[in-house]
Amino acid sequence: MASARLREPAGVRWTLRVITIAYVFLLVVWPVSLVVKYTFEDGLTALSTSLSDPAVTTALRLTALVAVTSVILNLVFGVGISLLLVRYEFPGKRILSALIDLPLSVSPVVVGLALLLVFNPRTGLFGPGLSAAGIEVIFASPGMIMATVFVALPLVIREVVPVLEEIGDEQEQASRSLGANAVQTFRRITLPSIKWAVVYGVVLSLARSLGEYGAVKVVSGNIVEQTQTATLVVESKYQGFEQSTAYATAFLLAAASVICIIVVSILRPKESS
Amino acid sequence: MSIEIKDINKKFGDFVALEDVSLNIPTGQLTALLGPSGGGKSTLLRIIAGLESTDEGTVHIEGVEATHLPPQKRNVGFVFQHYAAFKHMSVAKNVAFGLEIRKRSKAETKKRVEELLELVHLSQFSHRLPSQLSGGQRQRMALARALAVEPTVLLLDEPFGALDAKVRKELREWLRRLHDEVHVTTVFVTHDQEEALEVSDEIVVINEGRIEQIGSPDQLYDAPANDFVMSFLGPVTKLQNKLIRPHDIDVFTSGEVAGAVPGEVVRLLRVGFEVRLTVRPSGADTGHELAAPGDADEVTVILTRSHARELRLDVGSRVWLAPNRGATMVPVIRVVSSA
Repeated sequence: MASARLREPAGVRWTLRVITIAYVFLLVVWPVSLVVKYTFEDGLTALSTSLSDPAVTTALRLTALVAVTSVILNLVFGVGISLLLVRYEFPGKRILSALIDLPLSVSPVVVGLALLLVFNPRTGLFGPGLSAAGIEVIFASPGMIMATVFVALPLVIREVVPVLEEIGDEQEQASRSLGANAVQTFRRITLPSIKWAVVYGVVLSLARSLGEYGAVKVVSGNIVEQTQTATLVVESKYQGFEQSTAYATAFLLAAASVICIIVVSILRPKESS
Repeated sequence: MSIEIKDINKKFGDFVALEDVSLNIPTGQLTALLGPSGGGKSTLLRIIAGLESTDEGTVHIEGVEATHLPPQKRNVGFVFQHYAAFKHMSVAKNVAFGLEIRKRSKAETKKRVEELLELVHLSQFSHRLPSQLSGGQRQRMALARALAVEPTVLLLDEPFGALDAKVRKELREWLRRLHDEVHVTTVFVTHDQEEALEVSDEIVVINEGRIEQIGSPDQLYDAPANDFVMSFLGPVTKLQNKLIRPHDIDVFTSGEVAGAVPGEVVRLLRVGFEVRLTVRPSGADTGHELAAPGDADEVTVILTRSHARELRLDVGSRVWLAPNRGATMVPVIRVVSSA
């Protein structure tokens, strides 16, 4: 039997299992469970006090705004860029494809700094002009959204591109020959085929956008009750000896991410069937 | 004339796909574009459909200048080799697609879909998804979908290429009967000469981006314009430096027939009802150099089994070969590619 021959001896198997479990436990399960434990040390008091703290509530609202806006932007441009990359030939296509992976390799802090250089109201490239027109980018939500969009940019594209490549363009050509124009073809043929990849990409970008810290910290200015997102609140509360509030906010962020992961794992089997 | 193609040139990079192709396809007929893979026949079909653009030349469909029309404005039905079924839609929805795009009323669409599914014998499968159908059924669904919009021309790109031999034969006959019922101008691409000979009213032989010959199946088979057409339409062998079909050679075992080529049977292979002989001509008698074993100058002859028995043929038998009366023969001009 091929499968029997491929089996490692029992000792090796058990050692590998123990190492993996210990690794995941020490790195992920234990620290995260400590956050949960400290949050609920005094029952629900930590959660209720932090939810009545205006610094926390504004931050949560701002996080939701920034995350949802950047997910929508990344959804629209992600699907558009995916179609461009898969269905069209143009010079510079490979460079564009490589550039899209850049946010995964560049430190978010660098992203924040780069945005600061371009949009800084006093010395930036576009900053003074925009500032004169009354549009604030840096130390305001537009800059934070830009930073988040940048960081989560590849997630939708990297989900959608392989699916588009796999389904090919014959169905789209058939649709065109049956009289459908480009918009009708996209809505009736392409979109239903890539639906699950899009949903999966959106969930991943949402999780990423909720948790962004470095890039947002640089461009937001970290102003309490104004430009502080949930991740920034966690950091400043922790430094300001309000540990219980920090734990509670951290718990809420972790819970959102866990819900995202659960949603993904429910969607996944549907995607493969 | 339903489709008029004039002076079409098409290149993909350095590769010349079509070179100065002009062709008129008459209304209501079933025309086959026949040729080897990579010869440009699919490109020509896709240009007619608007799925590919031309570098030069014009396309008219039913008198309408269509060269630069997008595919959705040409009113052509296109059937793909790999079906291109809309995977997320039921069979009925697939067929209804073109009608829904044209905003036909619900009742009309429903009636038309039912008619078409009846025509392609898929009525009982209307609620299934394409993934639940066999290859042949999927292709029939694709045909119904293309016919639903009442196209002026129906274009089929190697429609049976992905099917197994038996289903392919069935669908071939079925396509012929369907065409006799519907009478829509139909153009189909194939590399299978048997398919082209069996199904079509007219065959266009295309090779290396050029049209080699246009004619009815009989014309092409009986009077091929050149050695390429001759060798592509069926098996050929060389006798007295001319191309001839192996079953058009008479075999004699005794006596000198005037003009016959003497030789020796070197191989004998029986396949079903036919016997394939490989005969090595005796060089001295033909005036040629003595042929080496396995040389291309060996002649292939096909006989029926009973005929071979009657002649008591076996390996080593001495035979004389002569062309049949009425045999099609084409002088060898260039190297013959095996089809």
